[in-house]
Amino acid sequence: MDRIVLIGLNHKTAPVEIRERFNLVCMDTRGPLSDLVRLRSLRESFYLSTCNRMEVLCTSPRLDEGIGAVVGLLGEIYGQTGAALKPYLYIHIDQDAVKHLFRVACSLDSMVVGEPQILGQIKDAYRQATEVKAPGVVLNRLLHKSFSVAKRVRTETRIGSSAVSISYAAVELAKKIFGELEGKTALLIGAGEMAELAAEHLISNGIERIAVANRTLERAMALARRFNGSTVPWEELVEELRKTDIIISSTGSPEPILTGKQVRKRMRARRNRPLFFIDIAVPRDIDPEVNRIDNVYLYNIDDLQGIVEINRAERIKEAARAEHIISAEALKFDTWLRTLEVVPTIVSLREKAEQIRETEIRKTLAQLDSLSGGEIEAIHILTRSVVNKLLHDPILFLKRISTRSRKDLYLDVARKFFRLDEDQPETEEGEDQLSLDSDKVS
Amino acid sequence: MVNESLVILSFITTLLYSVGTIGYLIYVVRTEVTIHRIAYGFLLAGFLCHSLGLALLVGQIRQMPVTTLPQTFSLFAWAIVGSYLAFQLKFNIRVFGTFVSPLAVIFMLLSSAIPGKIIPTSQLSQSFWLILHVSTIFIGNAIFALAFCAGIMYLLQERQIKTKSFGLLYRRLPSLETLDSLNYVCLTFGFPLITIGLISGFVYAGAVLRSFWHWDPKEILAVITWLIYAVLLHERLAVGWRGRRAAIMAIVGFSIILVTFVGATLVLKGHHTFMRG
Repeated sequence: MDRIVLIGLNHKTAPVEIRERFNLVCMDTRGPLSDLVRLRSLRESFYLSTCNRMEVLCTSPRLDEGIGAVVGLLGEIYGQTGAALKPYLYIHIDQDAVKHLFRVACSLDSMVVGEPQILGQIKDAYRQATEVKAPGVVLNRLLHKSFSVAKRVRTETRIGSSAVSISYAAVELAKKIFGELEGKTALLIGAGEMAELAAEHLISNGIERIAVANRTLERAMALARRFNGSTVPWEELVEELRKTDIIISSTGSPEPILTGKQVRKRMRARRNRPLFFIDIAVPRDIDPEVNRIDNVYLYNIDDLQGIVEINRAERIKEAARAEHIISAEALKFDTWLRTLEVVPTIVSLREKAEQIRETEIRKTLAQLDSLSGGEIEAIHILTRSVVNKLLHDPILFLKRISTRSRKDLYLDVARKFFRLDEDQPETEEGEDQLSLDSDKVS
Repeated sequence: MVNESLVILSFITTLLYSVGTIGYLIYVVRTEVTIHRIAYGFLLAGFLCHSLGLALLVGQIRQMPVTTLPQTFSLFAWAIVGSYLAFQLKFNIRVFGTFVSPLAVIFMLLSSAIPGKIIPTSQLSQSFWLILHVSTIFIGNAIFALAFCAGIMYLLQERQIKTKSFGLLYRRLPSLETLDSLNYVCLTFGFPLITIGLISGFVYAGAVLRSFWHWDPKEILAVITWLIYAVLLHERLAVGWRGRRAAIMAIVGFSIILVTFVGATLVLKGHHTFMRG
């Protein structure tokens, strides 16, 4: 039976100088995939490379030889011997390999736990691998399983649902206030990396329009162009409160630019539609008093940072639940894998039976040359159904024992019983069978 | 025979509602769609069982099932669950059930805890106006019960966002906007219903009791309730009263309904007293 092997390195085991080496190799070509396919000690293979990790997943009938070949190949890519690379590598086998792949797909092994990109990267790598037919029955199933496990973890735990960056935390809050962001408008006061990032997040989450206000018009116009929005004259900033829903403020102003009084006065004109202030400036741009007004919500940089901290902690907690799901799914995969082990026996049993049937038919037909086509067909049907009926129960039995711990024994007996292995030493049963055969011949 | 099966049906209904409620409470902790589906299923089963019980009761007493206080509570629970099941289909706010289903259980328990005997059929109770009065008032009030739950959900969520302290419910509760529009939708459905309910009540009173108005405590409270919802609807449309204030109004409105419903019947006297023999 083939073993599943996973050899890889990640941000925890290897420094960036080594990781980038593998990332570069696969930039322009398929990476080592084509070489992997050529390795004779492997049956199936799959290769994944991202900024933070490199993983080779393969199945091999000869474990040590397979591992040696892969490590050697990776050493070559790295520009040294396999032995030089070995301290940075981890090698997982069978169940551990399956679990590791699941953990990677679920983003439990990522630098930022719960980040969603990794699944897409695995899917891309898988597509590339299937183009050269690198994965076969086992890895195809395993990779598809990893996609569904990742999906299950994502829906049943909150591993990826909480924002771990300030700009994303702001967007999440906006969604809790406004529901959908479609049709809402945002006002960007001042500029700055974090404010612009937040604006970008808002746009990708469906916000309709972005207006930009800046003390220098040039800067305002540049930003407005970038976000495909309009500019607001600095003097009309307060009046803009009637039209906008979300305000992101990050000016370098030493004193507040919006007071509670100014905001309160505009709420009636807004017919009390909610207003969400995101104040990323230090010192703060918006008077904290604003948060006391009905339907107005104000978050400053510390508030957002607080959410991010809580979410980080929560992700770690959710990871434990995810691990539980992964263990259960790895076990399920193992069960499937075991059924695979009985398949060769079933196949050779069927083949042997068919072979006997054909030989015997040929002998019989050689002696009966007066039969019509219909009669020959009837003999075929008869013999086939006898064979199938006879094999039905043994095959069912083999499928049933596939999940039992002592299946090797059963398989061994089955193979001996039907003498499925040609090089099998002739036992008493074998002799009996031989004599039966010779009886028939005579 | 009928009485026995009514008691059994009522017991099964309460049981199904309770299991549904427990399911909805579990759903808050473990947000799995399957759990919600099971809880919804139990509520639906309870509702069907309840409907059967009410149909049998109506068949027996041949009038609206509001002759005793237990019957009234039971009918109200039925109206709440029915409106909730319909709203859930339309809005699909899963955690809503966690707030609504306990109400149904409470009313069912009250219904079985309070003794009440069935009074003989009177000619008074079979008028079209009375049937219209009772059904619109009950469904309207049930929808206001939903608005009450939406109001509580809004206040909980708003408090968390305002004070920046996020608990378990923050993720489970929908956005403020959704909760506010839920409140509004309840208002637009509930208000016309209780308006019709009040008018048909006056018409019925005028026809049968020869006077539209009796200074009955329940009548007074009902008009006050109606005024509260009228103000809420008006302010909402005219100056955009929404959010916290609308949520509080919905909660106050329903509290007065409860006082009208329970308090006035138990404490005060008047022709709306259900237990009057």
